[in-house]
Amino acid sequence: MQNIFNDLSDELFSYLKNGEYLVISFVGENSQFIRFNNASVRQTGLVDDAALSLKFISNGRTCYGEFTVSGHNNIDIEKGRKEIDRMRIESEEIPVDPFLVLPENFASSCDIKVSDGLPFENAVDALVPVMQGMDFVGIFANGKMFRGNANNLGQKHWYETESFCLDYSLVTSEHQMVKGCFAGNEWSQDEYEKYVLRSKRKLTLMERKPIKVDTGKYRTWFEAAAVADFLGMFSWNGISEASLRQGCSGFGRMRHEDVRLSPKFTIVEDFSQGFCPKFNSNGEVSPEFLSLINKGKLDNTLVSSRSAKEYNVESNYAEHGEYMRSPRMEPGNLNHDEVLKHLDKGLLLSNIHYLNWSDNSGGRITGLTRYACFWVEGGEIVAPIETMRFDDSFYRFFGDQLCEVENKLTVVPEVSTYGSRSLGVTTCPGILVDSFALTL
Amino acid sequence: MKQNIDLKELLSAIDVPAQWVGIREVYEAQTPRMIRDGVPVTNARSVTHGVMVEVLADGQFGYYGTPNMSVEGVSLAAEKAFQQAKVASQHALYNFDESARPSYKGEYKSPYIKDRNHLSAGSLNNLLLDAYNHLKVSDKIVSASALCQIIETNFKFISSNGSDISQDFLMLEFDLSATAAEGSNQQTRTFGGMRGTCRQMGMEYFDQYEIFANADRIGEQALELLSADECPTGEMDVIIASDQMMLQIHESIGHALEVDRILGDERNYAGWSFVKLEDFGSLQYGSKLMNITFDPTMESEFASYAFDDGGLKATKEYLIKDGVLVRGLGGQESQIRSGLDGVANFRSSGWNRAPIDRMANINLEPGESTLDDLIGSVDNGVYMESNKSWSIDDYRNKFQFGCEYGKLIENGRLTKTVKNPNYRGISTPFWNNLKGVGNEDTFGIYGTPNCGKGEPNQIIRVGHASPVCLFENVQVFGGV
Repeated sequence: MQNIFNDLSDELFSYLKNGEYLVISFVGENSQFIRFNNASVRQTGLVDDAALSLKFISNGRTCYGEFTVSGHNNIDIEKGRKEIDRMRIESEEIPVDPFLVLPENFASSCDIKVSDGLPFENAVDALVPVMQGMDFVGIFANGKMFRGNANNLGQKHWYETESFCLDYSLVTSEHQMVKGCFAGNEWSQDEYEKYVLRSKRKLTLMERKPIKVDTGKYRTWFEAAAVADFLGMFSWNGISEASLRQGCSGFGRMRHEDVRLSPKFTIVEDFSQGFCPKFNSNGEVSPEFLSLINKGKLDNTLVSSRSAKEYNVESNYAEHGEYMRSPRMEPGNLNHDEVLKHLDKGLLLSNIHYLNWSDNSGGRITGLTRYACFWVEGGEIVAPIETMRFDDSFYRFFGDQLCEVENKLTVVPEVSTYGSRSLGVTTCPGILVDSFALTL
Repeated sequence: MKQNIDLKELLSAIDVPAQWVGIREVYEAQTPRMIRDGVPVTNARSVTHGVMVEVLADGQFGYYGTPNMSVEGVSLAAEKAFQQAKVASQHALYNFDESARPSYKGEYKSPYIKDRNHLSAGSLNNLLLDAYNHLKVSDKIVSASALCQIIETNFKFISSNGSDISQDFLMLEFDLSATAAEGSNQQTRTFGGMRGTCRQMGMEYFDQYEIFANADRIGEQALELLSADECPTGEMDVIIASDQMMLQIHESIGHALEVDRILGDERNYAGWSFVKLEDFGSLQYGSKLMNITFDPTMESEFASYAFDDGGLKATKEYLIKDGVLVRGLGGQESQIRSGLDGVANFRSSGWNRAPIDRMANINLEPGESTLDDLIGSVDNGVYMESNKSWSIDDYRNKFQFGCEYGKLIENGRLTKTVKNPNYRGISTPFWNNLKGVGNEDTFGIYGTPNCGKGEPNQIIRVGHASPVCLFENVQVFGGV
């Protein structure tokens, strides 16, 4: 793939005229997808996909083009040249872009992670046996992913990794469920089987008859996977500088009224672990660490180079959409073994589902409990709970209601496969909240 | 530049001992343009083109999605798909035969008058820029945007049992948005978001006088919301405009009736359903005023088509008749697995994803009430327009929606504007509280370009048309 990217880039750069700029991004994968229901194969297949995105700047205008890379050099070069021709004409027609970002040549990079993964042809036989006897449902995604970026000033980045992810649920006969996600780069059959069997043991707690809790406010423990979902909301009308400037960010109270979250809440962008490329689609390399909220205070928003120009602030080389790519929330002091004792009476929520802003300016988020969620009394798990809707503000549960933060971090992988397999993780601890609102 | 492919040549070159082989070619070009705050922020064209080769071996389907559409590339893809299917067939969930891919021949073309070349990039940018100027009615409008997206899709499907289908779509998405703000008090009003205008149509849509009139209204309503009271809290009647009804239908009916969900395929991602296989034919889903159809034949609706991605011919069918659940959203595979009657809804997001049960056009049929009749029948309630927040549980029971714009209804009259109108409920009790259905004059055609489901994940376009509706005893609340 790297050779295809390099050859195509060189050909298209040589097609440019004086005064024209071109930034090329590449996203590709060779993937296997196996879908399971009731511990059997529902659907299985392979996907090869690659797309070349072109950002063309000329005459003070910016145009974008993208096409699927077929792998046949002559066809792909012709597609690329036709796209440049189209954008060349369009750049004479559309209005001037006063905030266009010209490419620069800072430095190039190449990061190829070689792994001993699970060969496609062995996957079904490796995965299925340990599932037997359980109602197992989920997806296995496996294979290589590629990201590239280059510009006509000579800068070039390449990132390549191989990974697998088995994202699954185990289901009881009473429809109670436990979530699992076995992901990594190096396949270990032994580790895989142990991981699934640990999930199976968790399922025994779900065999108890679920109880219905009333609406109201409860002391609540959120496992790291649930915290990761809340943090994900910061990437949607939250931490983005453009979103704040355009009046659609839940962070407005922090920016305009100096409202603070809890001093126990700190979050950074951390690229040091290499779960995703440090370069963005403009070829800019983000700082290794960027403090976003430090001890409850909004420290930095995510600022793309375009926002930097538009709002006259400094860029921190965020991606165009100004979303978090590798967030890490700092740990606290609470040992996981002590969670039930500190919770005493209330809710233990392992996962949450279908979040949305219910009042963006008030920081209010609604969603639902899902999977292993329990009622706890006297520091003991009593029973799973029936599904409940919550609606509460992050200014409360990451703010004055945040009691304790777990002392251990969990890496929650990004498992989305919309369009293509995603890269990246959220690294965070669990949290204990004194009051959390269930509404339906 | 579109690569020309001869599917028959590719199919004839495939040499695997499969029970069935099919090739589905998808070419799609999306052209989004956007003016925000007086400046062009998007002028793009994104093209995806590839084929999915699907084979049936020992009762198991296997697939290979590839952009390599040479004879060698497709032949190799078929071999790999065959190997995948053979290995998996030892652990298959269901043993299919060729009847899972019925044989049809036919064509479909979106209805439109003016094709995409009728408006140049420059003309569209000028129109959007003028619309932006109409949205910016005050300095309190801190951000405003006008955007459109033209989508051209060519779909071809042939198979070893004789299917030969060609479908060409021209679609348009359009929106206007204005955000008014004073400090952290911020309110956004849109033309329905991307769900407001998404249809199969051509450039004839762009009537500048109508667009500018709507832009003026949206800008003014954003300002109006900034100083409006919060929506009241309590149990009351709610009249829901058709641009919000579309999402109510989508979330609390459409997804709940997908048969692959009921069969458990989606339990790890989108979720299950409160609907059970035995409910079809008996469940009183809603009041007798409720008639829901699967209608891929409605002209210009977003997800109209003649055949689904498995090649099944698409027809209009009632899903809920007089409030009773009668049919599910199950394609041919789900019909075989469940034994239920279904519809032609086996759909994929493109050449790189396998089809699953999806919505297409799911509509609520019009009733007999005028809007004035509905408003006049309410003593204490809220009228709500345009979705801005949505959430529902994994069984499709407990939902909550927020809208952009509300009006109090007092003693049978619309009175003052309220901001942050929200409501929540549980699907079947809510639909059984359907008290009034608007007539054809209140009927609006909408849809969504972003319906997510499936593993691997797929975004797909669906259409929803509905009249304005009145519901009683709804939990209503405001912001903060």
